[in-house]
Amino acid sequence: MSFLRAENLSLHFGGLKAVDAVSFAVEKGEILSIIGPNGAGKSSIFNLISRIYNPTSGRLFFEDREITREAAWDVARLGIARTFQNIELFENATVLNNLLVGRHRHSTTQLWQELLFLPSVRDNEKAHRRRVEQVIEFLDLEPYRDKLISGLPYGVRKVIELARALCSEPKLILLDEPSSGLNVEETDDMSFWIRDLKNELGMTVLMVEHDMALVNRVSDRVIALNYGRVLAAGAPAEVQAHPDVVAAYLGA
Amino acid sequence: MRFLFKTDYEDDIRLLPHSGYAVSYGVLLALLVVAPFALSSYLISQLVFVCIYATVGVALMILTGFTGQASLGHAAFLAIGAYTTAYLQQYDVPFPLYFLAAGLLSGAIGALVGFPALRLQGIYLVIATISFALIVEEILARWESVTNGNEGLRVKTIQLLGTTVPRDSPAFYFLCLGVLILVIVGTLNLMRSPTGRAFVAIRDSETAAKSMGINVARYKVKSFAISAAITGFAGCLFAHKLSFISPEMFTLQLSIEFIMVIIIGGAFSLHGAVLGAIFMVMVDPFLTYLKDDVPGAVAGLAAAFGAGAERAAALQDQVAAMASANGLKGAIYGLIIIVFVLFEPLGLYGRWLKIKLFFQLFPLYKRATFRRQKIYVRSERYR
Amino acid sequence: MLDFVQQLVSGIALGCVYGLIALGFVLIYKATEVVNFAQGDLMMLGGFFAFTFIGILGLNYWIGFVAAVVVMALFGLVAERLIVRPILGYPQFSIIMATIGLGYFLRSVAGMIWGTDDLKIETPFSHGVVRIGGLVLATDKLSVIAATVVLCALLYLFFNRTTLGTAMRASSENMLAAYYMGIPVKRVVSIVWAISAAVAACAGVLLAPITFIHSNVGLVLGLKAFPAAVLGGFGSIPGAVVGGVLIGVIESLAGFYLPEGWKDVAPYVVLLAALLLKPEGLFGVAMRKKV
Repeated sequence: MSFLRAENLSLHFGGLKAVDAVSFAVEKGEILSIIGPNGAGKSSIFNLISRIYNPTSGRLFFEDREITREAAWDVARLGIARTFQNIELFENATVLNNLLVGRHRHSTTQLWQELLFLPSVRDNEKAHRRRVEQVIEFLDLEPYRDKLISGLPYGVRKVIELARALCSEPKLILLDEPSSGLNVEETDDMSFWIRDLKNELGMTVLMVEHDMALVNRVSDRVIALNYGRVLAAGAPAEVQAHPDVVAAYLGA
Repeated sequence: MRFLFKTDYEDDIRLLPHSGYAVSYGVLLALLVVAPFALSSYLISQLVFVCIYATVGVALMILTGFTGQASLGHAAFLAIGAYTTAYLQQYDVPFPLYFLAAGLLSGAIGALVGFPALRLQGIYLVIATISFALIVEEILARWESVTNGNEGLRVKTIQLLGTTVPRDSPAFYFLCLGVLILVIVGTLNLMRSPTGRAFVAIRDSETAAKSMGINVARYKVKSFAISAAITGFAGCLFAHKLSFISPEMFTLQLSIEFIMVIIIGGAFSLHGAVLGAIFMVMVDPFLTYLKDDVPGAVAGLAAAFGAGAERAAALQDQVAAMASANGLKGAIYGLIIIVFVLFEPLGLYGRWLKIKLFFQLFPLYKRATFRRQKIYVRSERYR
Repeated sequence: MLDFVQQLVSGIALGCVYGLIALGFVLIYKATEVVNFAQGDLMMLGGFFAFTFIGILGLNYWIGFVAAVVVMALFGLVAERLIVRPILGYPQFSIIMATIGLGYFLRSVAGMIWGTDDLKIETPFSHGVVRIGGLVLATDKLSVIAATVVLCALLYLFFNRTTLGTAMRASSENMLAAYYMGIPVKRVVSIVWAISAAVAACAGVLLAPITFIHSNVGLVLGLKAFPAAVLGGFGSIPGAVVGGVLIGVIESLAGFYLPEGWKDVAPYVVLLAALLLKPEGLFGVAMRKKV
């Protein structure tokens, strides 16, 4: 049984084939990177998996359960979390509130209980906050806990994106260009965190990345895309030496 | 300026962050309780309107301020609540039952409106809510078997626990005040729990909310339903206060008055709803003041500046004519909306926060702290 | 059958007025993504100014017409400068409320200046009829239809064939980028408001023989023009007029064939049904954010 499996996934926007009959499988507990030039369809695949887009054809399976047409929130409840390339945080809320929203799939309180703010709701709140504190500690976000997102720098926002995804305790986490816009030091931190996700937290990571050094340091396997099609798949060194990949993306 | 040192999750969760809040709200509550025995009945009547408008303001705050779904049709929900009240009274249904029915029916219709509203955004949602309000207004006028059409319905006084509660009595005032306080506390509870955070998430980034497991469709419908239900309860009280309802009381202008409550008060906090309600209810007395006292004052001022008696009298007549003009209310509403949108985008509560910050940071206060981020790119408007 | 055609033509004429107001909405929306809820009231002011020029000052109809259009264009410029320009980057809802406020203000002030009675102007079209077969068509309605077609064609060509039109479309997509490319965005927005007010004034003057001019006509017609603009998709000039005609025809036929009360509600019911099926409007384009 494969953890996440795509079969002949296609996404066409009119005549433009953003994703063209892509098939791949992600094994449980591995870190898989997707590389390729801009416009190759990497983020589109993420959007298909997290169900922001509807595929034109093809099928998606998560833990052998078909998720091709599930609603985005149902897929999130199954245990898939993601970060966004251009940061989709809730601008007017504090960092803490953003992270608490990440806990949403674990909340069990009913509306009427919340209106009366029964003790069960209070206990739930405290339990969620405890878990969020663990994530904050993991990613060193303590100084920013009560600050509004709108005042924070880009690098910190990227980490908060990751934190929010982690708060939902996913089985599979999709990281869309986690190191874009980060400097060397921040990218180093990010690479350690990504490895910790696999080693300490037991998550499976699917990552879109342009930074080849990060890809080499962190990934177990790599898939290269171009024009919506898979060029090569395999171990990092193998894929990066592949002639098609070199020609399309890496350069001689 | 107090510094809050939080040592427990309770410090974050509780409604009153520190004892200073408890004192101020306690004093306010005490004043409100004493009011009917100290103030004139006219002022108490105005306070009742403030409570009703503030209740609708809170409802609108939940839908528009917190969930980001603009609604210019809340007069329709108020009407549904009011007409349910009047209709059920004809069958001698007791007060608690028809009060609940008013809210629940309104909430159910709100949920129905929420479903089609799911796919609508921005201007389309505004126009859809306007259309809904206009359709309801027309139904109220035509469905004569139930609503008695344009002739309207009389609303009998409340019969509660064996006693009558006339609409001018302190008991009715306490009823409205009680409803307002319950609604405010309920909303505060809502906003500090997962559902409230889900609402705000939907407003700020629907895509991210979806990806975090929030069933956006269900929560939008919930938001509409809650907002409509609260407005329905307010509608029941509104009907009793006016003691007579007819379709022409629930026009688009009333919906816009409710929106003005949150624009004037500030569309991001419940304080804003109350402040906005106070402001809106003061407009009518202000107009009366304009008509009665201002022409004389202007003439007096002109005389003080040396104008002859005749000139001053002519000026007084002119100002009086303007102040009595039929359309003056509309012009003032228009001016208020424009002035607040242009100069006070955060509303009265925002102004209060700025003043507080000014004194806290003195002399280092900077106006740029509150400058809004303007969105000039179309693609950034979509969520 | 003849009755049907008669109602149809009536509906088309009324629809052309809605279409002209909707055109005003769409013009401003295309340039600034602002919806001007005061468009109907600008039309009403145009009618009032025409009344002043033609009725009170006794000018020739055509001179009065042009004078009203010019005055309204200037008025549009002033309104834009005072109210819209300061709030251009604000959330859509704030700008909508500001234009609603403007509408209230204009309505009340017009009521105070010109009074709240119905006013009439004498036009060359008021009394003529054209006979085709068994049909009797009033020239006032035909003039509205003809003028709408002409205006629509002119504006469509303007937006799609001239540089200024392209500049307007550019600034509606991305104002910052348009600035960087050298487009005088503020001036472009002013011109759009002036044109929109002028179109509204035309509608107001043309409408005068059909319904009397009074201070509430802007609200009543403006509200009906929304379904027109939404049906048309809020981004398409021909769409606005088509939407308007559709609404006018629906209203006219509903008034004739359906029981009382449906006439006013039918456009909104149709609108809600259309939005259920196609939330972006008939000619509109679905937009979503790329993440």
